[in-house]
Parts: sequence; C-alpha cells; structure tokens
Amino acid sequence: MKPEPYVRREMLAPQPAPLGETGILRWMKANLFSGPVNSVISIAAGLFVLYVLYRLLPWAIQPSWNATSLSQCQDDPNITGACWGVIHDRFNQLMFAFYPHELQWRPLLAFGLMFVAIAPVLFDKVPRFLLAFTAMFPLLAIWLLWGGSAWPELMVLAGFFIGYAVHKALVGPAGELTAIILGVLATLLWWIFGVSPVAEMLQGVVPLDITPVESSKFGGLMLSITIGLAGIAFSFPLGIILALGRQSDMFIIKTLSVGYIEFIRGVPLITLLFVASVLLNYFLPRGTNFDLILRVVIMVTLFAAAYMAEVIRGGLAALPKGQYEAADALGLDYWKAMRLIIMPQALKISIPGIVGTFIGLFKDTTLVSIIGLLDPIGLANSIRGTTDWNGIVWELYLFIALMFWVFTFSMSRYSMYLENKLKTTH
Amino acid sequence: MTQTAEKAANSSAMHVSDEVAIEVRNMNKWYGDFHVLKDINLTVNRGERIVICGPSGSGKSTLIRCMNRLEEHQKGDIIVDGTELSSDLKNIDKIRSEVGMCFQHFNLFPHLTILENCTLAPIWVRKTPKKEAEETAMHFLEKVKIPEQANKYPGQLSGGQQQRVAIARSLCMKPRIMLFDEPTSALDPEMIAEVLDTMIELAEEGMTMLCVTHEMGFARKVANRVIFMDAGQIVEQNEPEEFFNNPQSERTQLFLSQILGH
Repeated sequence: MKPEPYVRREMLAPQPAPLGETGILRWMKANLFSGPVNSVISIAAGLFVLYVLYRLLPWAIQPSWNATSLSQCQDDPNITGACWGVIHDRFNQLMFAFYPHELQWRPLLAFGLMFVAIAPVLFDKVPRFLLAFTAMFPLLAIWLLWGGSAWPELMVLAGFFIGYAVHKALVGPAGELTAIILGVLATLLWWIFGVSPVAEMLQGVVPLDITPVESSKFGGLMLSITIGLAGIAFSFPLGIILALGRQSDMFIIKTLSVGYIEFIRGVPLITLLFVASVLLNYFLPRGTNFDLILRVVIMVTLFAAAYMAEVIRGGLAALPKGQYEAADALGLDYWKAMRLIIMPQALKISIPGIVGTFIGLFKDTTLVSIIGLLDPIGLANSIRGTTDWNGIVWELYLFIALMFWVFTFSMSRYSMYLENKLKTTH
Repeated sequence: MTQTAEKAANSSAMHVSDEVAIEVRNMNKWYGDFHVLKDINLTVNRGERIVICGPSGSGKSTLIRCMNRLEEHQKGDIIVDGTELSSDLKNIDKIRSEVGMCFQHFNLFPHLTILENCTLAPIWVRKTPKKEAEETAMHFLEKVKIPEQANKYPGQLSGGQQQRVAIARSLCMKPRIMLFDEPTSALDPEMIAEVLDTMIELAEEGMTMLCVTHEMGFARKVANRVIFMDAGQIVEQNEPEEFFNNPQSERTQLFLSQILGH
C-alpha cells in the first residue's frame, strides 16, 4: 500500500486540562476509589481509623488535668480514663529534673538562643554575620547551663585566636603546612596548660561568675537536647573527615579511618556509655574528674560519627567520577575541590541518611537512663516509683514520646524542605 | 554546515609558531599489567590543531588525559608549557590551570549555576576578584552564544548548550592549551554543529588544541595534523588532506573505510 502523504502546516498551542481532572476530586478518584478492590480497602481503612478514634478519644479526653496523684483519679467518678495530672504535676521535673527552679531561665535562654544559632546554618536567607554567633554558641550554652566563671570559656575562645595568630605569623617564613600544624599545636597547648591558670587569675581580677549548677542536677528533656544537639554538632564534621579519610590514597589515614568506623559500628552504644560512666575513670590520671555528661557527649559523638561517615561515603560514591576530574582539570587542589565541588553534592545526596542518623542519635540519648542519668525515661522510672504516681504508665510514656516526636518530626520536615530547595533540575 | 565551511575558509589565518607547547618523549603507561600507551613521541607546537582518532581502546583518550595528569604515566617525559609533569603537586596544579579540558559528558557542576560554574576556578585558583571573574565569564558565555542562560543550572540546558558552557568554563581560566576528549560523541546530531562551530572559532583565534574526535569533517577543515592511534601506539600522522586521501598504513585504511564508509 502506498503511504498517505501528510504535512503539518501549523503547530498546536498548549491547552488547559479538562475539568474534573485536577484538584481534590481527581486525587480521590485516582488514589482512593480507582477500582472496586481499592474502594473496599479505602472504606475499610477509613472505618478502622474511626473505630480507633472512637475508643481512644473517650479515654484521652478526661477532666484529670489537676489531679495530684493516681489515687485521686481513681477515686473521682468523673474520671474514667487517662490521668493527665501526672504531666501537670511533674512537668517541671520532666523538663529540667533537679535544675534549681530560680535558675531555669538559663537553660530556657540557651534553648531560645539555640534557634538563633542554628538559623543561619539551616536557612541561607538568614544574614551571614549570625554565623559568628553560631560559632560562639557552644561556649555560651556551656556557661549558661553549668554556670560558674565565664573566664574558662572566654579563654577557650581565645585559643582559636592564638592559633590563628601563630598561623598568620608563620605562614610567610615557614610555609602553609608548618604554619597550620604549629597553629593547631599552639591552640592545643594553650587549652591544656594555659586556660585554667589564666582563667583563675583573671577571675581573681575581674569576677565574671553566675551560680554554678552541677551535672548531677541536670536531667529531663533539657538533658536530652543538650546531649543530642552536642552530638549532632560534633559528629557531623567528624563524620565528614572520617568519610574523606576512608577514601584517601594515604595508607595510614585510610587504615585508621576504616579501623575506627568498623570498630565503633560493631559495638553497641550502650557498651560505649558504660565505658564512659565506669571504665574511663580507670584510664584517666588520679584526681581528674571528668564530667559525666561531657563523657557521654563524647561517646555519643564518636558513635554517631562512624555512622555519619558511612552515610557520607555513600554520597561520595554516588558522585560520577567526572566531577572529580573536572575539578582536577580546572586546577583546584584537593581541599578546594572537596569543599566547593564534591562535598556540596555528596552531602546533598546523603541528606536523608544524615538526618536519619541525627534522628537516631537524638532518640538514642534515652539510653543514658541506663547509666543513671535522669533523662525523661530515667525520670519516668523514678516518677512511677513514687507513692503518688505508682502504677501510671500510658500517660507518662505517651507524653515523652510526643516530646521526642516534635523534635524528630521537625528534623524530618526540614530535610524534605532542604532536598526540595537543592533540586537544580526541573 | 555551510557556516562551518565558511569559517574554515579563514583557516589560512591560523598560525603555527615554532615554539613548543607540549612535548611527549618515550612515554609509556600501564594499567596494572596492561600496556595502554607504548613509546609515545609527540611534539605539539603553539597554535597547532591536532585531531587524534582511532578505534575505541586505542589509548587516545588516555594520551590526552596524561597531558594534564588526570592519568599518571610510568615512563618517559611529558613537558607542558615548559613545566615537566612529575608527581610534584605544585607542577601539576600549575599545568592544570594553564591547560583547559572538555569532557565527553561535559562534567559541569550541577549544584552551581552556569555563571558560577564559569567563575569558580578563576576566583579560587587564580584569586580573581568576583566582579572581574563574572565579567570574564559573561564575555565567554557570549562567545559561545548562551549569555541568557547564565543564571540557570546545568540540568536545565540541552547537551549542546552544556558542552558550550564547559568550553566557556575552561576558557575563563585563559588557558594556553585546550584538550578535547570526544566533545561531541554524547550529543544529538542537531547539537554537534553548534559545539563544532565554537571549537572552530577557537582554532581561528590561534588556540593550541588537541582533540580526540571522530568528526572527520572537523578534522579536515580545522586540523593541521591528524594522528591515528591503534593498540596504544601512534600508527600514522599526517596533514589532513594526505591522511584522508592517501593513508599509508593498512590499519588506517581499514579504520577510515569503516567510519567514512556509510
């Protein structure tokens, strides 16, 4: 058969989609009622949800907010379900544990300032100069939480300037690498030998102190956030360095990184926490009393960093080799290539894994209850041990779960926002 | 490609100087036990346009990748712009900032805009002030005829546009030598011409170019030397007219009959 010749003279203009094929109706038709089986499943699932709410809501909605003990709830004929009084009664304890009441503005202030400190990290529209505040926030938070003299924190801060000054002075005559090494060395020496005598002396001259609070008074959600945030902030850079170390061509660096990652990942966190609480004291010189919370933060950081390193390594492996070659071919050195080309892309790929590790780390802070720290779970145990609240279970744990969920869910939503924002193909 | 032909008519203006740009002496390279490049000797003068062709696996890409040390050679010398390529990192970075390279898959940085792609190396390697780097970048983007895409991301551009950006990105470093590693083989036929036009323009301005390509039309019009490689060796090199009309070696004849035969 001879083909019919055809020539298009005019190109077609785009037209809007037909009515009823967009919006909520379209969505329901496509997702809930697209066929008889799906319709049945949708209706059954809807009924199940209604049934759960029907049983749950009457239990949850109770006039029990002002009860001061479980027996009060049980004796009140108006209360037939949840006894929420426990949360009202023990709210302050769940938040701050035994942190002195009149000083609780300090952790609250630190918590508020935390948002100012992380804002420039999370959102690029926030003015950049706030990053200087972000850098100082850890020391400020330590001072606010533990109190005492501000001089040690200021002297630690001074260490960075000393390192910078040494680097600046030596970079000319001694070369870049020597200057960096000596700068870091000067900072470390200052921190180890200089900080405490100088801080003591300055404190004698100009007292800059607020009421100190011991670590044993710390607890509740405040403790979880402190450990969680410190762990997140320190494990992330450490994880990046370990991931790069694992990829390195240099044998010793590579072996150390691999050994570290494989060892830490092979050990349960709880054993590391026991090491922190019990064993570490044997290895430290007699008389040094390392703060328990600090030891826990170090262990949690070391633990999370190993996972972080593997997550980031996944991102590095997913990058096409051409990206490394293009960076090389333009004459960028290793650190510039990593910082400007490789890491931004590898981290972007690894966002879900990184945030997953953060969320895991934050939830794992509840394990510190096993070594005797009073995080919300540890407090729940002691609250349930009192005569007033002996026997309460659901209300307390539901509330603790909700507190954690608020934080983890925010992290998860932020990760989705970030992934969306960094999408450059559409 | 009438435009291409017209431009090629200007090629008499393309001048080859006596100054040596790249010298390769008795260069050998192995991948493990596999001998990829065998005794390569090659001198490239400033202003020369050399096309390297050959069957896949013949080592032609590896050869030009050795010239900016994306691949390491194990024996012999490579001297680029008077600097010898050795394991000395300073020399390598110096040579890389003088030698531009375009890849088969463009390798633009997808997380940066077109303009940022072009200004990154000048700012961070050459320490050019940002404003000046941006002006240079816009100049070269205009030259490759896509200044209007400057604020888009590479993922939003067509293949041909991406490759032209890649060329502009290299030019922003003001290189003295350009290496092209099969710049058109990942492109649709419609887009090959726009990339070749850009390359021809470069050649007319006297850029020293080494191109691994199968675009024989380009080789005929622009190259002043064509090199044929097979099994890691230079089998034949000649002026394009002679090379295409009167190939001497049997391998060259076979290769040419295969790629020109249809």
